[in-house]
Amino acid sequence: MEYQAKELFAKHGVATTLGKVVTTADEAKAAAEELGGVTVIKAQVKAGGRGKAGGVKIAKTADEAYEHASNILGMEIKGLTVNRVLVTPATPPVEEYYFSFLLDRSNRSYLCIASVEGGVEIEEVAKTNPEAVRQIPIDAGAGVDEAKARAIVEEAKFPAELADQAVAMVQSLWKVFVEEDATLVEVNPLARLEGDKLEALDGKVSLDDNASEVRHAEHEEFVIHEEADPLEAKAKEKGLNYVKLDGEVGIIGNGAGLVMSTLDVVAYAGEKHGSVKPANFLDIGGGASAQVMADGLDVILGDPQVKSVFVNVFGGITSCDAVANGIKGALELLGDNATKPLVVRLDGNNVDEGRAILNELDHPLVTQVDTMDGAADKAAELANG
Amino acid sequence: MSIFLTKDSKVIVQGITGGEGSKHTARMLAAGTNVVGGVNARKAGTTVTHTDASGAEVELPVFGSVSEAIEKTGADVSVAFVPPAFTKDAVIEAIDAEIGLLVIITEGVPVQDSAEFWAYAQKKAAEGKKTRIIGPNCPGIITPGEALAGITPANIAGKGPIGLVSKSGTLTYQMMFELRDFGFSTAIGIGGDPIIGTTHIDALEAFENDPETKAIVMIGEIGGDAEEKAAAYIQANVTKPVVGYVAGFTAPEGKTMGHAGAIVSDGAGTAQGKKEALEAAGVKVGKTPSETAALMREILNG
Repeated sequence: MEYQAKELFAKHGVATTLGKVVTTADEAKAAAEELGGVTVIKAQVKAGGRGKAGGVKIAKTADEAYEHASNILGMEIKGLTVNRVLVTPATPPVEEYYFSFLLDRSNRSYLCIASVEGGVEIEEVAKTNPEAVRQIPIDAGAGVDEAKARAIVEEAKFPAELADQAVAMVQSLWKVFVEEDATLVEVNPLARLEGDKLEALDGKVSLDDNASEVRHAEHEEFVIHEEADPLEAKAKEKGLNYVKLDGEVGIIGNGAGLVMSTLDVVAYAGEKHGSVKPANFLDIGGGASAQVMADGLDVILGDPQVKSVFVNVFGGITSCDAVANGIKGALELLGDNATKPLVVRLDGNNVDEGRAILNELDHPLVTQVDTMDGAADKAAELANG
Repeated sequence: MSIFLTKDSKVIVQGITGGEGSKHTARMLAAGTNVVGGVNARKAGTTVTHTDASGAEVELPVFGSVSEAIEKTGADVSVAFVPPAFTKDAVIEAIDAEIGLLVIITEGVPVQDSAEFWAYAQKKAAEGKKTRIIGPNCPGIITPGEALAGITPANIAGKGPIGLVSKSGTLTYQMMFELRDFGFSTAIGIGGDPIIGTTHIDALEAFENDPETKAIVMIGEIGGDAEEKAAAYIQANVTKPVVGYVAGFTAPEGKTMGHAGAIVSDGAGTAQGKKEALEAAGVKVGKTPSETAALMREILNG
């Protein structure tokens, strides 16, 4: 969110105004009183186009700040509920520019995008005035030193009288990008204020989850737990790789690619069974122990939309008998809490032993189907019951 | 023939004494791979003992560095099982030692580390020191009946005319299983990270030039534009039949689906877009893994 991006900007010396983040209209009023003068009340959600959606308002007085905040708090922007607003002093820009560093997957490196036309979505500028959008490749080995920063500023055609300020800001933004392990650092608008002062008026930072895990424990503070989906939060607590979707067929599988494929195959099968859809993504990875299987089933069965569950495992390194024992153990652990039919497809390593274990178990909720397509069809059929 | 890995490949393991490194060294040996040693600076001078494909015990030396391992054993392939925090250093060490092929199994490598070691590899390649990188976050490469450099189960399918390249490990296994009656020249899992070494295009080019490969299966997934680029490459350069599969049609925008690179962002990198690009290049794309296998079956049965 904007206020979090600004905290990272400030940490690395990027000129910005932090303002105050509040969650109630009363606090917004108090913040506006404290700041004095004209303020801006800005919805804090992870989405662009907040202004267009009515989530950014100018308040001339503290009472207006109260009124705007009470309107903005609770509103929905692109499906996200606004739970906090940022109150900042109003600093009308003289000119608005755009600047970003980002990971360039396609070229396996980094890219800088800069434009003297900012304040609107950069994709729009690229359409209406492509010449104004400069894309400058960054060598991931060499990075951005002062000379490179100056080259960027010249290429972007930022005004000459602001060049030194811009060079310093580009270097600071580069620090945000590398020191925080970001995949995107965006300033829009990068504003020229009265008195020719450059400031990051709004911004966005995307962080690399892998890097946060490896060397940025402090990034945990940016996670807003109460806004996470409760099932996703529960899964995360148990170390499961789970994404909640809108559907009726719960999915458990091993390996990200196979699970994604399982969702698709279930969606196709669902076309014949009342348009049922996959309810989630859940990759239990290599080790399908009873505990992991039980945790996975527990999360999925906690989703009231789920009507059937499809367990799709290809035994590569994991053997199917271990998975079958995992399912058996999970059903014992869950006891009466296991309430939805389970369609299981096992294939690969030790498949005969695995299937035999489930045949012997003869559990009333468990149906085995030998092929992935067939099992998806069965799971969809059961979810449509 | 095969691509990138043969029975003559001499393989070392970076992180051979760790849990995963040890487990998969044993599996690679059992698959017939010529594993000649490993690297762990803290355990240099010691040995580890495993059983090879013939059931004989082999004692493998542990070296202090990749360059020492290459000097003493003539190794030309390294498989890295190194924790994500240390992967970048391990990769740069292997590139400096001029290993021919480096397979990075590790999942969870910070993407800026990958960008940095990729830039480093490019710089060294320009100086003539060429290391092919596969991964990170991948199952590695198998030439059935000859060698395995990675974690792909060696008993799924044998040797045959199909070349397979995939972003996903388990979909690689699933496809090998579906087409096990035909078999594979080489199957390569290139990894699910946003930045990887060997790409679909690199594998397609090698399969096109490999006389033993008669047809190619290409498996992609959401995120990035590798499949679109591969489609353009196929249209211009590949004469062998290619069958495709793309996972992630039902993935919502903005959510990472297991693999760090599997994300649709701002409408880019969708499965539908990739499927359409492949089909426009004349590639038949299956709706499910089984349907994809059936398409390949039709081609091979002529």
